[in-house]
Amino acid sequence: MEIIILSVISIIMIIAAILALYANKLVTAIISAGVVSLLASVIYLLLAAPDVAMTEAAIGSGLTTVVFLYALNKIRKSGEGDG
Amino acid sequence: MAKRILITITMAIFIYISLPFVTNFTPATELSQLSQKYVNDGPDEVGAPNLVTAVIVTYRGLDTLGEIAVLFIATAGIGFILSREKKISSSKRESSAILKTGTKVLVPLILMFGIYIFMNGHLTPGGGFQGGVIIASGLLISILANPHGKLNKFLIQLTESISGFGYVMIGLLGLFLAGGFLDNSIIPLGQFGRLFSAGAIPIIYSLIGLKVGSELVNILSYLKN
Repeated sequence: MEIIILSVISIIMIIAAILALYANKLVTAIISAGVVSLLASVIYLLLAAPDVAMTEAAIGSGLTTVVFLYALNKIRKSGEGDG
Repeated sequence: MAKRILITITMAIFIYISLPFVTNFTPATELSQLSQKYVNDGPDEVGAPNLVTAVIVTYRGLDTLGEIAVLFIATAGIGFILSREKKISSSKRESSAILKTGTKVLVPLILMFGIYIFMNGHLTPGGGFQGGVIIASGLLISILANPHGKLNKFLIQLTESISGFGYVMIGLLGLFLAGGFLDNSIIPLGQFGRLFSAGAIPIIYSLIGLKVGSELVNILSYLKN
């Protein structure tokens, strides 16, 4: 049973990672990179590593996404990015 | 189009490099020698039920000091780059009523949860880094709810400096009073599994939590402007 859940989460992670690389909009890429981190933290939790899972969920999917979004906003404001 | 081809080639190279990890994978059936020593001696030497904390704060305490130094340098770099432009943008939208009302309920709870996590770092999963990040994300919601508000930078930098200084001082106290840098037995170990046990670990982790939290809030406040 556990192997099925892990496989499904891994496949969704790979799809989200590919989406992050090929997405046309940068916002989509940032959000799907956050999804990869969030699902990675679920996998860490299932594999009995709660400390790493907490770090990954808080930093990887929470704070990093926000920092990227702020940075994207700054680039857009300065008018050099193509968004 | 060239960008997409480059991405695909890079992905293929990465898959080729990491394929042996999947095909030649055999799960370890027993602990390595070093982990065996940590598992056997950790509870007696450190007195922390959460063995991960015991390793991070005491056995590999110097690594943690290095990580905090890296975070500090990253914050200083971001501040150096982003504090140059003093352009004040006045075109910020007001945040929605749902966010404003929700912030009032959620922020105290999130801050309390962060403090709980780093205070109980030696008992339950989590610790200074995780608690600090949770505190930073709590303050992030309040930044999002009040885009025009100003953070008290002096207070944030004071917290950061004092907690960093205290962390290194406790490490040096361990060097003089106990077995080595960041040794936690400068305070009696106490009863195994209680909140005030495991020597100096709760104090060290609280200082790490405050330092990480204030540094991340500092980064967010630089990015906000």
